[in-house]
Amino acid sequence: MDQPHHENENMGAGHITKRNYLIGFILATVLTVVSFGLAAFKESMPRNVIVIMLSVAALLQMLVHLYYFLHLNKSSEQRWNVIAFAFTALLIFIFVGGTIWVMYTLNLRMM
Amino acid sequence: MNTTEAKNMDEAQVIAAEHAHHAEINTFGFWIYLMSDLVIFSVLFATFAVLGKNYAGGPGPTELFHLPYLFIETMFLLLSSVTFGFSMVAMNEHKKKAVIIGLIITGLLGLGFIGMELYEFRELIMAGHGPDKSGFLSSFFTLVATHGTHVTFGLLWLVVMIIQVIRQGFSYGVRSRLVRLSLFWHFLDIVWVGVFTFIYLMGMV
Repeated sequence: MDQPHHENENMGAGHITKRNYLIGFILATVLTVVSFGLAAFKESMPRNVIVIMLSVAALLQMLVHLYYFLHLNKSSEQRWNVIAFAFTALLIFIFVGGTIWVMYTLNLRMM
Repeated sequence: MNTTEAKNMDEAQVIAAEHAHHAEINTFGFWIYLMSDLVIFSVLFATFAVLGKNYAGGPGPTELFHLPYLFIETMFLLLSSVTFGFSMVAMNEHKKKAVIIGLIITGLLGLGFIGMELYEFRELIMAGHGPDKSGFLSSFFTLVATHGTHVTFGLLWLVVMIIQVIRQGFSYGVRSRLVRLSLFWHFLDIVWVGVFTFIYLMGMV
């Protein structure tokens, strides 16, 4: 009786432990503090460097959330969630990247 | 063990297995919804990328936003994500009281986040920096308020789930709904990482 009961716990949302949530929280907090620190001390570095570092910190934090909070990983249980996410990431790349590309070049041509 | 008992055991196992399969499909369906929501948010981010520099002679992010205020707001949402995670761990251990307390704390943190956001909106509009003032403010209000609306509905769902846990305990339905709400809640925190980085901080540096 115990076996199916335990399989039932995850409900397709991955295996969860308190430890994972704590690790995720610490990593996310560190990355948040880094981002805010960069904004607070913006005079110490060129703007381009800060923009790149902010983007990297945000990307890393999103990955931390996906792995530690949403439990996306390589397990077979998560495979379809990962495939759906990868396809969405491709769509977003086309939408956002395409929009920015088109509008910026248009802006340059109108100068 | 007589044959009737053995048969009942088998049936219980079959039902449990069916539930597990059913729950996985439900969770996947909800995941697909989250992905479509992600597309909505990214299109709003793209809109902001295009319009965000059009201040129309008005104030920009540096004049309007405050780092410490934003930091506290961000930590409210991040902490609520973790307390929700702890509630889910407690749910798997069938600790009803811990789950209810965890969900209430999550709700209060979420309420703190929404309260701070609404107060910020109020201050902006009262100072004459409403969404009608510039392309920057239009796209800012649209994106941030869309996220805030999601959090508000998440809070409503959270209240319903607290009541259901109290009244029904950890029935199959309650547990599967809590799993989906946890995905929704963590998802909103990921979107917020994009909001505070690309909308607030990038505009201020």
